[in-house]
Amino acid sequence: MEPFRFVKAQDNLAAIRAAGINQAKFIAGGTNMLDLMKLNIETPKQVVDINKLSLYKIEELQNGGIRIGALVKNSDLSYNPYIIKNFPVLSEALLSGASPQLRNMATTGGNLMQRTRCPYFYNTDFACNKRVPGSGCAAITGYNRMNAILGTSDKCIATHPSDMCVAMAALGAIIHVQGPKGSRAIPFADFHLLPGQTPHIEHNLKQDELITHVEIPALPFAVKSYYLKVRDRASYEFALASAAVALDIQNGTINGARVALGGVGTKPWRSLEAERALIGAPANAQTYRTAANAALAEAKPHKDNAFKIELAKRTLVRALTTVEGMS
Amino acid sequence: MEEKDKENNGSSGGTTRRQFLGQVGLAGAGLQLAPLLAKATGILPDNEALPIEPITVNIMINGSQKTLTIDTRVTLLDALREKLMMTGTKKGCDHGQCGACTVLVDGRRINSCLHLAAMCEGSEVTTIEGLAKGDDLHPMQAAFLKHDGFQCGYCTPGQICSAVGLVKEGRAKTDAEIRELMSGNICRCGAYQNILAAIKEVQNA
Repeated sequence: MEPFRFVKAQDNLAAIRAAGINQAKFIAGGTNMLDLMKLNIETPKQVVDINKLSLYKIEELQNGGIRIGALVKNSDLSYNPYIIKNFPVLSEALLSGASPQLRNMATTGGNLMQRTRCPYFYNTDFACNKRVPGSGCAAITGYNRMNAILGTSDKCIATHPSDMCVAMAALGAIIHVQGPKGSRAIPFADFHLLPGQTPHIEHNLKQDELITHVEIPALPFAVKSYYLKVRDRASYEFALASAAVALDIQNGTINGARVALGGVGTKPWRSLEAERALIGAPANAQTYRTAANAALAEAKPHKDNAFKIELAKRTLVRALTTVEGMS
Repeated sequence: MEEKDKENNGSSGGTTRRQFLGQVGLAGAGLQLAPLLAKATGILPDNEALPIEPITVNIMINGSQKTLTIDTRVTLLDALREKLMMTGTKKGCDHGQCGACTVLVDGRRINSCLHLAAMCEGSEVTTIEGLAKGDDLHPMQAAFLKHDGFQCGYCTPGQICSAVGLVKEGRAKTDAEIRELMSGNICRCGAYQNILAAIKEVQNA
């Protein structure tokens, strides 16, 4: 690990100021940051500890939404009774990720900032445009069974690893950030960026902007929502494919739908195509299959991950069928 | 020339007089450039002249107050093992994947390998050494012995600390739930069946 200065910030503004120098990084849970620092993939000169900031609250909003502090631990969020009742998909997504120890450390803001687990990003012996811009992508020609099929470019096919983010994408979360000149709100779909020609730029956040909280707007039909994760092991493994879904079914017709996919996209993958195929259609197997086909229509497989197209479709169909069964 | 020296040597280690003068020169240039850069991005260049100093932290470990002056890079795991010579907590993968380093911080089980000691100011840490009361084993330790919840024993301190955390959390009711919520602890010898039995005994006591 490279040497760094350690700064403990006492409030938001102090944290933002300390982050306003080149190569400064915030640390909260540290579960991904320290992991990458040990491998010399992250080499901050200044590490700004934000754990003293007052960003630990989960507040129910009057309109039925919820406001989640950036430092709320994944474990606390997953077991929050209001979340379990009103946004079960978020609780399930969180509990399907990592281990209890990691969830006790990892934070809401940190989970948003989590970096890919692409083995070629992690192994500094290989080329990786995300790690070293312009060096090439070893995954495109290498062993790419775990890599993405949606949102890829000729520079990068790394998947976004988060489960929490898939649920938040489906729920249309809003990310609130604070910088030296004030605060702004970023719609979830605009927060993470597609790799394009610049896979090293992963999010729409400036160097000295601090995530303060995440807002989940009210979505009454999300009481019937569900997260299904398919992976190589029963537990403690990243997704091959996952689906976060919510359905509003009235008299056999789908009036509202939310769909996002994980494990297949270069960012948490909300599928408006699938939602359009669902809304107004009868709640049945044929509709779900049509929606799944729409969600994966643009999928581009590589040598070892063509199986993910059908796997993601079936994952989505099963998730939708499960939510229908809740009605 | 000065720039080349600097590149070769990095920012750490000794500095010769010539390099020092070179750095001062660069810093001078930086002073003129800095306002322009800052105007464009708002981000100031890292001030390399600022020293990277060891940090002093106060941590309550197993009920006794410890003050450590350490390199900022030291993890809680390495502070325990290398500074305090408390080698009960084990280093397995050092990347949060195996659970051998599990300890309780402020009552919660965490991976001590992914936690900077510098972040532990004012924390209360319980390690495997802190569970027994003198010669009286913690019920989880006794249950692991009774049910033979190990073979080689290397993962055991982490398994026991994790299991103590699991029982305290009170969320695992069924065998499947215990297995799921112990999934952050790997046992290469495969003593899972007996670990499960030990945890159930403590839960039902």
